Amino acid sequence: MRGIKTIIKKELADHFSSYRFTIIFALIAMLSLITAYMVGMNIRNELAGVAKPQFIFLMLFTSSGALFSLVQFVAFFGPLVGLVLGFDTINRERSQGTLSKLLSQPIYRDVVINGKFLAGVVMISVMMVSIVLVITGLGLIVLGIIPGLEEIWRIMIYLIISIIYISFWLGVAILFSILFRSTATSALAALAVWIFFSFFISLGANVIANALASDSAGDDPEVIMRRANIVKAFILTSPMELYREATATIIDPTRKSTPRSMVSVGPLETLSMSRFAGPLPLSQSILIVVPYIISLVAITVVCFAISYIVFMRQEIRSL
Amino acid sequence: MSTDAIIETRELTKIYNGQVAVENLSFSVHEGEIFGFLGPNGAGKTTTLLMLLGLTEPSSGTARVLGVDPTREPIKVKSMIGYLQENMGFYSDLNARQMLQFVAELNALPADIIDARITTALQMVGLGEEMQKKIGAYSRGMRQRLGIAELLIKDSKVAFLDEPTLGLDPDATNRMIELIQSLCQDKKMTILLSSHMLHQVQKICHRIGIMIKGRMVAQGDMGHLAREKFGVGKEQYTLEEIYMKYFQEA
Repeated sequence: MRGIKTIIKKELADHFSSYRFTIIFALIAMLSLITAYMVGMNIRNELAGVAKPQFIFLMLFTSSGALFSLVQFVAFFGPLVGLVLGFDTINRERSQGTLSKLLSQPIYRDVVINGKFLAGVVMISVMMVSIVLVITGLGLIVLGIIPGLEEIWRIMIYLIISIIYISFWLGVAILFSILFRSTATSALAALAVWIFFSFFISLGANVIANALASDSAGDDPEVIMRRANIVKAFILTSPMELYREATATIIDPTRKSTPRSMVSVGPLETLSMSRFAGPLPLSQSILIVVPYIISLVAITVVCFAISYIVFMRQEIRSL
Repeated sequence: MSTDAIIETRELTKIYNGQVAVENLSFSVHEGEIFGFLGPNGAGKTTTLLMLLGLTEPSSGTARVLGVDPTREPIKVKSMIGYLQENMGFYSDLNARQMLQFVAELNALPADIIDARITTALQMVGLGEEMQKKIGAYSRGMRQRLGIAELLIKDSKVAFLDEPTLGLDPDATNRMIELIQSLCQDKKMTILLSSHMLHQVQKICHRIGIMIKGRMVAQGDMGHLAREKFGVGKEQYTLEEIYMKYFQEA
């Protein structure tokens, strides 16, 4: 791929020197630090005087402190990072008049999108890795426990899934930056999609499930099951749910039920339950999450393919 | 058609959304000449340039640039042509040196010659002093000259200049014209120049093509154009008079 290195290099320089990235990175680092610290303190207090359970280190990521757990946090706000990094990728070049300059150089058109996407992925990786490292370091201090080898593996897989997830949103943002001429429009459109998939899909899932399997009596177990399945199938169209499913089993080996369990439990309850439930071995956890990871990769590829086709067909004259 | 044609088109046609932008365009540009490309705004000049660059596909007809078909081998063509676009776009937060470095790397020039070439090019266009300044702070004239520096970096044999003097003050215009002439004389570049500055075009172009509503209505040197419109022995007419005559008739 001729020229792709040059484009990646330039994009990275642009990202690192932009205020936009500095601000969002500071915000996320701060929030994740606070979350991790509170969770850590929480776990330490609850576990005072109790024998240490397995996989306590992973609880830093999964159990919610005052507000939400880190995993939830990334599921919710990770997309925002991807969107912010990508919403003006192509249309900014267009309004600057640099796109036709770029394309009149001897490089293929797709190199431009690929380079920009890869640079974004590098940024996302740098950010996620540093956040996880900060939390791990903080966990070491607060909990005084060294993570086991399996825990490290699990954290690494979690990292990879998170990077794919945020990269998907970067892909969405790049697609919108190709579709819309104005950066404001593409930013708003990307935000709308994010809000739709993050907040409205579960509402919609319930409405549809009610329509398809109404439980007027509310006691027929078959109807309840069917309803639950409809909700689940519908909800899985949301990348956020895919991500949640993919990470849940990896980061929480003792997790047995679907994430839509009826009762929400605190760390102590989880702990007492895990006393009696053997955790899943890593290989089994991976087996469970692989389909979700594949789906995440697939929707990223689809998104990318659309961007690619649209961009290739656009007439330069109208750039 | 002659054998030494650097640029050659045959029946080139482009239709955008049902509208004819360029119609049956056939012309050729020879080695080492400056070809003036005239015509009102929207006559299809830029579209023609884009087709020659392989950035837009022609609806029908063929084009050859240095013997290469731009539609089939756009990368090869783009590496041989320097293109100075109408609205010069630069990354305003880079300085001149960084910008040229970026272009040089995209053109896959060997790393060891890039630095020297950038310095020479910037000095030639008179930006040697300002190379550490951010392009955002450049005047229009300086940006245009930076565009010329880009062509020098690429060391291309052919240059397409789309309205290089647009919006420049008289002094900057003259500098630009001198630069273009030196590209032709010193660097032996073949230049396709699109412009509205008829006076300047008359001064520096060897041959001229007039394009109106997507059609090339006339091409040839000044004497030829004058004879065609005003008759033999009327070579004293200026390009402006000739152009207006064509324009009114179309």
